[in-house]
Amino acid sequence: MTTATPTLWTAPSVLSLRRILAMVARYVLLLKNSWTRIFELIYWPTIQMVLWGFISVFFRQNSSWVAQAAGVLIASVILWDVLFRGQLGVSVSFMEEMWSRNLGHLFATPLRPLELAAALTTMSLIRTLIGTVPAALLAVPLYHYNIFTLGLPLIAFFVNLLIFGWAMGLVLSGVILRYGQSAESLAWLAIFLLAPVSAIYYPVSVLPWWLQAVAWALPSAHVFEGMRAALFDGTVRFDHLAAAAGLNALYMVLGILAFLFAVRLARQRGLFLQMGE
Amino acid sequence: MDASLPPAIEVSGLTRRFSDVVAVDSIDFTVAPGEVTALLGGNGAGKTTTLSILLGLLLPSAGSARVLGHDIARHRYRALPRMNFTSPYLDLPHRLTVRENLAIYGHLYGLSAVKARVAKLARDLQLDSFVDREVGKLSAGQKTRVALAKALLNAPEVLLLDEPTASLDPDTADWVRGYLETFRRSTGATILLASHNMAEVERLCDHVLMMRAGRIVDRGAPQELIRRYGRRNLEEVFLDIARRRGAAAVEEAAQ
Repeated sequence: MTTATPTLWTAPSVLSLRRILAMVARYVLLLKNSWTRIFELIYWPTIQMVLWGFISVFFRQNSSWVAQAAGVLIASVILWDVLFRGQLGVSVSFMEEMWSRNLGHLFATPLRPLELAAALTTMSLIRTLIGTVPAALLAVPLYHYNIFTLGLPLIAFFVNLLIFGWAMGLVLSGVILRYGQSAESLAWLAIFLLAPVSAIYYPVSVLPWWLQAVAWALPSAHVFEGMRAALFDGTVRFDHLAAAAGLNALYMVLGILAFLFAVRLARQRGLFLQMGE
Repeated sequence: MDASLPPAIEVSGLTRRFSDVVAVDSIDFTVAPGEVTALLGGNGAGKTTTLSILLGLLLPSAGSARVLGHDIARHRYRALPRMNFTSPYLDLPHRLTVRENLAIYGHLYGLSAVKARVAKLARDLQLDSFVDREVGKLSAGQKTRVALAKALLNAPEVLLLDEPTASLDPDTADWVRGYLETFRRSTGATILLASHNMAEVERLCDHVLMMRAGRIVDRGAPQELIRRYGRRNLEEVFLDIARRRGAAAVEEAAQ
């Protein structure tokens, strides 16, 4: 009796760019075929930007602090959304697999958990750009504020917030894998727990001393301090950028480990065949 | 089937507990290359749990499961590219078309010519008329054929099928069985089939493992089991075992 032809597949590798890109293609196709998902991506950043834009206009007339740097609140809103979208981009793409009862299929292919994590983070980048760039562009005609004038530091802020979002997203995906649909709302809520200590709209020094310690342990607080330094003083605070990058390296490792641990736990508990819409 | 070849599937002392429930209770069996074996048993017999362990989706509590010579709990990535499966408990993404879904899985399995392979399977499994339709808009029969196409993408040497014709109308179910017979004949693939459809098992399988409450309570070729129990067909044998009647069931109870 003959056996199946072995030429159809190639020897498995530990990390395959092709498998990662296949998963990215899977999520892009999902996005392409669903206008509601694209709409949802653009909706919240735009709504937030419009809302806070008007608040910013109000403060510009009423606050000498805000008046020192036009657009500080708009920049804060847009950058906060990078963090939020970055995290949501990972978690929602992962939940798409749960909703479509596809996780069991995926984890019985040669796809490694690390490759899936790489695909999720790539998709997060795409979703974040789709969500935040239109909002940032809309701020130009509406409020005459162009965040892109921040130049190269903006890229550093964006990358740091995105990576912190990925780390959070991977942890939350692991939690959702473990606890199922009942934990899904965490994907939309959890990041807001960090908002008060991320010092988005005010300096870290405003916080009580014990919360300041928490804030300095978050890459987001360093990014927003760096953003204010760039906007108020026109300086680049490399100390804050370095701290954010170092903390991100730590959180990203922890995020990946949490995700891998959750996958292992799912195999122990038989969760891959039990979840669906 | 060549008895001199190492088994395609080798299960030894396999046990899986969920808290107090023993879903699979120290089972042993082998499936020779090219053989079609059925895991036959009622609901909760442990069939799906056994298949999940063989796919690496579930870790065993004790014992081992080897597929194509690889310990699946520890080295599943060595075997996964050479095996595939269908499961009634899983679905393909509904918003992607059949072609898109198959192409994604083709890449995940590392196929060398994905487009051509998808086109061939679409022809063979008669998916052409709906290959560019979203999976969510297909009938149950069409979805089953798509799931089968996914399972055959990598021309698997080992194919695990969990109730492949469940919820299908008799005509579609018969067509699927016919296709599986053709696939097995043409490729020599090893098939492990979990089912409680006796006609399907009698038609497709060389060997049957009768399961009840996580244990293999009897085994043999379908005709051999029918003869041994003194029954007319496999369904009556199944009922004997399920209700603990018949000679072998009595012997098993005595052990």
